[in-house]
Amino acid sequence: MMRFDNIIIGMALSLILCGVTIGAERFPPPDFVETDHVIPSPTVPGPRQDIYEYIDAVVLLAALGLSSYLVLRRRSRRAIFVLMVFSLLYFGFWRKGCVCSVGAVQNIVLSIFDRDYTVPITVAVFFLLPLVFALFFGRVFCAAVCPLGAIQDLVLLRPISVPNWLESGLRLFAYVYLAAAVLFAATGSAFVICRYDPFVAFFRLSGNLNILIIGACLLVISVFIGRPYCRFICPYGVLLRQLSRLSKWRVTITPDECIQCRLCEDSCPFGAIKKPTTDWPTTEYSRSKKRLAILILLLPVLMFLCGWASSGLKTVTSRMHATVRLAERIYLEDTGKVEGTTDASLAFRATGKEQKELYADASNIRAEFKLGGWFFGGFVGLVIGLKLIAVSVWRKRTDYEAGRAGCLACGRCFQYCPKEHERLKKIKEARAKY
Amino acid sequence: MSENKNDITRRHLLRDGLWGGCLAGLGGLAGFLVGKLKKTNTVWQIDPYTCIACGNCATYCVLEESAVKCVHAFAVCGYCKICFGFFGPEPVEINEGAENQLCPTGAITRTFVEEPYYEYTIDESLCNGCGKCVKGCNTFGNGALFLQVRHDRCLNCNECSIAAACPSGAFKRVPADEPYMLKEAGHS
Repeated sequence: MMRFDNIIIGMALSLILCGVTIGAERFPPPDFVETDHVIPSPTVPGPRQDIYEYIDAVVLLAALGLSSYLVLRRRSRRAIFVLMVFSLLYFGFWRKGCVCSVGAVQNIVLSIFDRDYTVPITVAVFFLLPLVFALFFGRVFCAAVCPLGAIQDLVLLRPISVPNWLESGLRLFAYVYLAAAVLFAATGSAFVICRYDPFVAFFRLSGNLNILIIGACLLVISVFIGRPYCRFICPYGVLLRQLSRLSKWRVTITPDECIQCRLCEDSCPFGAIKKPTTDWPTTEYSRSKKRLAILILLLPVLMFLCGWASSGLKTVTSRMHATVRLAERIYLEDTGKVEGTTDASLAFRATGKEQKELYADASNIRAEFKLGGWFFGGFVGLVIGLKLIAVSVWRKRTDYEAGRAGCLACGRCFQYCPKEHERLKKIKEARAKY
Repeated sequence: MSENKNDITRRHLLRDGLWGGCLAGLGGLAGFLVGKLKKTNTVWQIDPYTCIACGNCATYCVLEESAVKCVHAFAVCGYCKICFGFFGPEPVEINEGAENQLCPTGAITRTFVEEPYYEYTIDESLCNGCGKCVKGCNTFGNGALFLQVRHDRCLNCNECSIAAACPSGAFKRVPADEPYMLKEAGHS
């Protein structure tokens, strides 16, 4: 038996003598003389064919169209529910949660900021279609197409209502999340929406354990609080909310005229039904006027403060980018502030690149975060300010109606309206005649 | 829907204007994206010349069994009798005994071809993508063993969990019609 150490030493010696670089062909591939052995080639199983990606886009279009029809014309919770289950099975469990509209936000943002980054057509379709549909028909995507919404809606068994102030306050998180996702995507640091997608691990039945636990917690919460991810976290929901405010057609609780019977009042598990208001209380008027004036003046101050704060956090936020992390590590190692090396620092040193280059890259990225921080903070400040202004403005409403922004078009309220029953009865009678 | 057509207020004008603006904005974005669209989809792949075989691929993939597996470019292989991708650092004997092997799952089979050449084949169903053999082969051998994302397994996540944890930045998006970055003979 040969001593192995000798072999290693021998080989190392021969390496040094020949002066070959690591990973090069140290041993020439053999010519087989005694046997006619054929050198095999590695297998290359292909990815999913493009045609299936297009099928996904077509299914999305069909599901959105059907959802709009079911919500606005058919007005049937049962049919919406069936479509929702289909979407959960198809986009969730079959397609394993990727590609999804929520995550597509980041691809679009990165494609705007990175000239070399290109977007596959499916991703562009997944981003744009639900927004266009929201502009025409409201949040029909949330109703029955989004698998993330569907999985929460299925477990909603004991809904309890969330007070308005808490709902509005928690929703702020979604705006911050959107802004953060845009910041990190624009700088090419990370796709945080995908990284912290709480339900994708369920669709795949495997994944990061921490995320799986967060997802399980959210699902438990969903039993009592309707669709917490959609209402308080979903960054794409923020876009849909705003576009759905302007939508041409939207969910109406009653098919014709509200008779103020109050039967639908508690039917919405998402707190999206707006109740009729009384007239503007005249005693409050002057006080509200002053408050509104102060808030409007405060708005730019708030934006500036938030922008300044988050821009100042650039050293922390920029650590989301791998290059900045690497540069910091290399700097610490070179100045002897830390012992040892990491895989990343070793890999960097193996490339033989100059430290200067790396530091320059890192400081460029940090500068991007400084500028991005202003936009991030400015946006968050704007949202906080507008939220405060919104609560101090009196809105006049005479009927019970589905909130333009908050309504997820799930169709639960239809059955509560006596006018709806009248309509269904008429349809039944008309059918019986034929 | 209950809006009366005869009763157009400033608010309606504002809303319709905003609506049109949003639609035009989405249209503009769509137009911008059309210019950037790629006909083929992209998939994740490892650049074998950047990869340092750190072992993250085995643990960070969202799949229980990683989508990354070791691939053997036979044309690059030296068919060594003593393969540093196959044998552990201190083998008891130079034979196929499990105690001599480097691979933790025994995924590599060693078959005799002719003196002094041996062929090494990877049983992909056993490979966990840890890259131990890759490191061995790269350090002492030709580097014929390397890690690749296997597209029959990869879910093509929008953000690849392994890519996020890759210390050398070896993960790239490549066009789906050329989904592999195989090592070829003659590349140094």
